Amino acid sequence: MQFEYTKAASIEEALDLLAAGGGEAKVIAGGTDLLVNIQEGLESPPALIDIGGIADLKGIEEKDGIIELGSLVTHAEVLGSELLREKAPVLVSACSEVGAVQIRYRATIGGNIATASPSGDTVPAFYVLGARVAIRGGEGEREIAIEDFFTGVKRTVLEPGELIVKIRFPGMPESARSFFKKLGQRKALAIAKVSVAGYLDFKDGLVEEARIALGAVATTVIRAEKAEEALKGKELSDEVIEEAGRLTTEASKAITDIRSNAEYRDEMAGLLLTRGLKDILKSLI
Amino acid sequence: MENVQIKFILNGEAVEVSAPPSLTLLKLLREKLGLTGSKPGCERGECGACTVLLDGDPVNSCLVLAPQVEGREVITIEGISDGEKLDPIQEAFISESAVQCGYCTPGMIISAKALLNRNPSPSRDEIKRAISGNLCRCTGYTKIIKAIEVCSASGAAVEE
Ligand SMILES: Cc1cc2nc3c(=O)[nH]c(=O)nc-3n(C[C@H](O)[C@H](O)[C@H](O)COP(=O)(O)OP(=O)(O)OC[C@H]3O[C@@H](n4cnc5c(N)ncnc54)[C@H](O)[C@@H]3O)c2cc1C
Ligand code: FES
Ligand code: FES
Repeated sequence: MQFEYTKAASIEEALDLLAAGGGEAKVIAGGTDLLVNIQEGLESPPALIDIGGIADLKGIEEKDGIIELGSLVTHAEVLGSELLREKAPVLVSACSEVGAVQIRYRATIGGNIATASPSGDTVPAFYVLGARVAIRGGEGEREIAIEDFFTGVKRTVLEPGELIVKIRFPGMPESARSFFKKLGQRKALAIAKVSVAGYLDFKDGLVEEARIALGAVATTVIRAEKAEEALKGKELSDEVIEEAGRLTTEASKAITDIRSNAEYRDEMAGLLLTRGLKDILKSLI
Repeated sequence: MENVQIKFILNGEAVEVSAPPSLTLLKLLREKLGLTGSKPGCERGECGACTVLLDGDPVNSCLVLAPQVEGREVITIEGISDGEKLDPIQEAFISESAVQCGYCTPGMIISAKALLNRNPSPSRDEIKRAISGNLCRCTGYTKIIKAIEVCSASGAAVEE
């Protein structure tokens, strides 16, 4: 490993250093993706800009019902947050599945998003929470919906010279329920073969809002829209759940790779959804 | 590439070293500071043999760059005993024969220590989760878990 290294003290300094790096410099947050890639020779940036000490990129806050996470928030910090356990349990559940303890203390949510792996565990959770990504570049801040952030495997709308600064989403109302289910090779340290995040909000006993996001079954995380439509306006029941599961399997566009094969993944996407919905059904009684 | 000066607290003592910024904390400890207790295994975050405490949190030292510990506190396996007097978790690993080849042991002990510092009476499930990032290729997990139980407050109660 060979690279220049500079610690940025502020967002402005990081942006200046990125601009000076002319598109080749990379930022390092927790380093759990980047350093592995460098060690394996998958990338070799000439310069690293360490953003780990920038106070403005840290912290978990709630303002007027909107929860704001700094991009440097670690998975361990998410697990330890009382606020998130109450108002974003789907994210807490996703972060608890990332790597193992040692990874969770270093790895950040900003890094998990920027890496743009279709199997990134926090991404389906952020989809169903309706999260928006705040990006800073030379021209100031812009905010885009997480679903518009990814353009393909390891590809995003992030321009060279831009930083993810915050992730924002509305806290879940008390009437809403959610889940995150992941299938991996083993319980810890396994990249998802399939993951499913679900979010349902209820009114008068009927599903008012339904959001389903599938991880690792397409080039980006995707929504299972037909399954969502099939849930809306219904009372949750075993039949409704089975139908949503079938439509989720249909929505899944998995490929065969070293981790698993396509058909199995599509089946499992539906099965994980039905399991999650059954948990919700139980929690309503 | 220019070396950088790095000042940090290592096992309770202030140290200052000069190192290339691309050196990992694991290599800094082993190759520059002569502390070879932390082990290199996979060097990609998967085996936990290199686990150290960074400001009290267990981390893989193979995935931390030397300059990233500037101003922070690092505790390695060498730092948890008091001279010749072993830490209770080390005593428990010995009494429960939780060591075979020993390669995973320093990392296991640091992960166990991090757990017990936060949660003195962990359940068996909590113990398993806490060491799920530490691989033992001799697969001596049963005895490792037992040692952590014996050392924990709940384990001590069971023993009596
Ligand atoms: C052993 C192991 C197990 C793992 N298990 C899982 C798992 O189960 N699930 C999972 O989802 N991931 C897993 N990962 C991947 C990784 O830990 C996560 O993706 C993590 O969240 C990345 O965060 P980081 O801070 O370490 O990113 P870094 O490595 O610091 O950065 C990753 C990329 O994002 C860019 N970046 C970082 N922060 C920003 C920012 N604020 N703005 C713009 N760009 C930025 C960097 O330039 C780099 O290209 C695992 C990794 C390892 C080594
Ligand atoms: S050597 Fe660091 S985790 Fe394997
Ligand atoms: S005792 Fe040999 S690797 Fe664990």
